[in-house]
Amino acid sequence: MKRALLLIPLAIFLVVAGFLYKGLFLDPRDIGTTMIGKPLPAFSLPSVEDPARTLTTADFNPGEPALVNVWATWCPTCRAEHAMLNRLAGQGVAIYGINYKETGDARRWLSELGNPYRLNVADPQGSLGFNLGVYGAPETFLIDKNGIIRHKYVGAIDERVWRQQLAPLYQELLEQ
Amino acid sequence: MKRLLAAVFCSLALGGFAQAAIDTYEFSSETERQRFRQLTSELRCPKCQNQNIADSDAPIAMDLRREIFRMLEDGQADEQIVEHLVDRYGDFVRYNPPVELRTLLLWYGPWVLLGGGLLALVVIVVRRRRVENAPQNALLSAEEQERLSQLLDKKDP
Repeated sequence: MKRALLLIPLAIFLVVAGFLYKGLFLDPRDIGTTMIGKPLPAFSLPSVEDPARTLTTADFNPGEPALVNVWATWCPTCRAEHAMLNRLAGQGVAIYGINYKETGDARRWLSELGNPYRLNVADPQGSLGFNLGVYGAPETFLIDKNGIIRHKYVGAIDERVWRQQLAPLYQELLEQ
Repeated sequence: MKRLLAAVFCSLALGGFAQAAIDTYEFSSETERQRFRQLTSELRCPKCQNQNIADSDAPIAMDLRREIFRMLEDGQADEQIVEHLVDRYGDFVRYNPPVELRTLLLWYGPWVLLGGGLLALVVIVVRRRRVENAPQNALLSAEEQERLSQLLDKKDP
């Protein structure tokens, strides 16, 4: 009995060490999302390419899985990610853009760097971003063919992220 | 060179000034101002992690302050406003999380630890007291007492 009591501090230490060890591999910036399983929030905002045209949620529904990418010209990480998006668009992946709280010239950026987006909606106030729980750029949502959000990725998409996280899900959605 | 440096410093200082610009809100009543203050200090900035949205300079915190202000003006209740934000950003934004199964450890864990510590302390103190207060001869049986006095009486050869 006495012996067993002596093991209590060791047990407490092991439990704490276990939690701390797990903590080493968690990303504190990943705050998760409440959007999984929900449809894209309703919006009615002007198109970036053609400001006279109003886009709504219905326009972001291609009948196939798609990426919805939140970007802006003030975001250096978006620039880093852009080439990858161009590549994905070249492979036939449907990508829609949300031009989030733009301060610069979005159209010039697209003509200079290439335009991977099927459609681009301008969200100057960040209202659509707010409804999506966006807190920075770039953020990318994977939606299924019915426009339901299935995955969210915060940060730049590169070859590795695409291969490890997004491509398997995309493939799965494609086969549905 | 000196001029260039001065110009650089000046523009840096001005940049800092522009960054620190505080957004101003016209509240319709003092209670509303109080509620705004309370809400913004209880909600956490999703971008800058360990700051509430009242203190944070991040653009998202500014947006959230504006959104909270708009909802206050709309006449929404505090719970509604918090709900609105939690719906979008998750429980992460609450510095004051609700008591539920998932948060039981968070809320009551420290009390359990404190209770355990106190219990251990009481047990140790009581045990020690019992040993100290016990009459010396009560600790030995009659037989042992006998042996002890024999040993003590025995003169070294």
